Amino acid sequence: MSADATPAERLAAFLARTPYIAFLGMRAELAGDEMTAILPFSPHLIGNTMLPALHGGVLGAFMEMTALAQLAVITGGPRPAKTIDVTIDYLRPGRAMDTYARAEIKKAGRRISSVHVEAWQEARAKPVAAIRGHFQTPTEG
Amino acid sequence: MVKPPDFIAAMTGSLDEQAARHMVTRTPQTEALGFQFVSISEARGAIRVPWRADLVGDPETGVIASGVVTTLLDHVCGLAIRAAAAVPQGTLDLRIDYMRPARPQADLVADGHCYKLTRTIAFVRALAHDGDPDDPVATAQAAFALIGGGA
Repeated sequence: MSADATPAERLAAFLARTPYIAFLGMRAELAGDEMTAILPFSPHLIGNTMLPALHGGVLGAFMEMTALAQLAVITGGPRPAKTIDVTIDYLRPGRAMDTYARAEIKKAGRRISSVHVEAWQEARAKPVAAIRGHFQTPTEG
Repeated sequence: MVKPPDFIAAMTGSLDEQAARHMVTRTPQTEALGFQFVSISEARGAIRVPWRADLVGDPETGVIASGVVTTLLDHVCGLAIRAAAAVPQGTLDLRIDYMRPARPQADLVADGHCYKLTRTIAFVRALAHDGDPDDPVATAQAAFALIGGGA
């Protein structure tokens, strides 16, 4: 991806190059520089058939992918950032419905970035889960 | 063919191997990821996820996505809690450190240990490796809420 690619092109390139994003069925939309990631409900995302509820790992992974997508939009390098660590807070059960997430880059460092992500379903004020994570900026080449 | 465990039996008492196998392989998400049951013992469990092209994070490296590792570690923590004869209601928090990338096209195995149970909370540690548990790909620390105030 060239350095003069638009944010929309960077986002599309990140989403298209990652097989696991297709496995999840994740999409993302840009309004200016604000990105909303969307995880449409699909039966294969269920972790608990009794409730039913999305697998907690799916919610964590979706938010981590949201952070990586937001970093791709902002930094736009050819390679995705690498996850160093994430701390996932589970706030409410993820129900069998569409899930949304937004990432906030708290610090975009030359080598390491810090990103917070919140995911919600029916109401943004009632998040189902959140993460804080550190991500390593890929070296060029 | 695996017989579904009786739900009431699965909610109380210890976990037999058949119920553990069911827990690992028969939820929609773990089935989609291809999780395989490895083992359970007292307060411990292990799960394998075979490498697959559609689970890759970065096609240039061919390494399984960190998101798959997240679900693997979350699930092995739940398995370890069931192996400690408690029933997890849900994850409260899960912290994952990624030590190094997995080897390209490598299967991953996760080991979980529920090292402390209170009446309401289970504390679990887990790691994921690609062959050598002493050289993990990722480590995790989690707290889970328990159903029914513990065993």
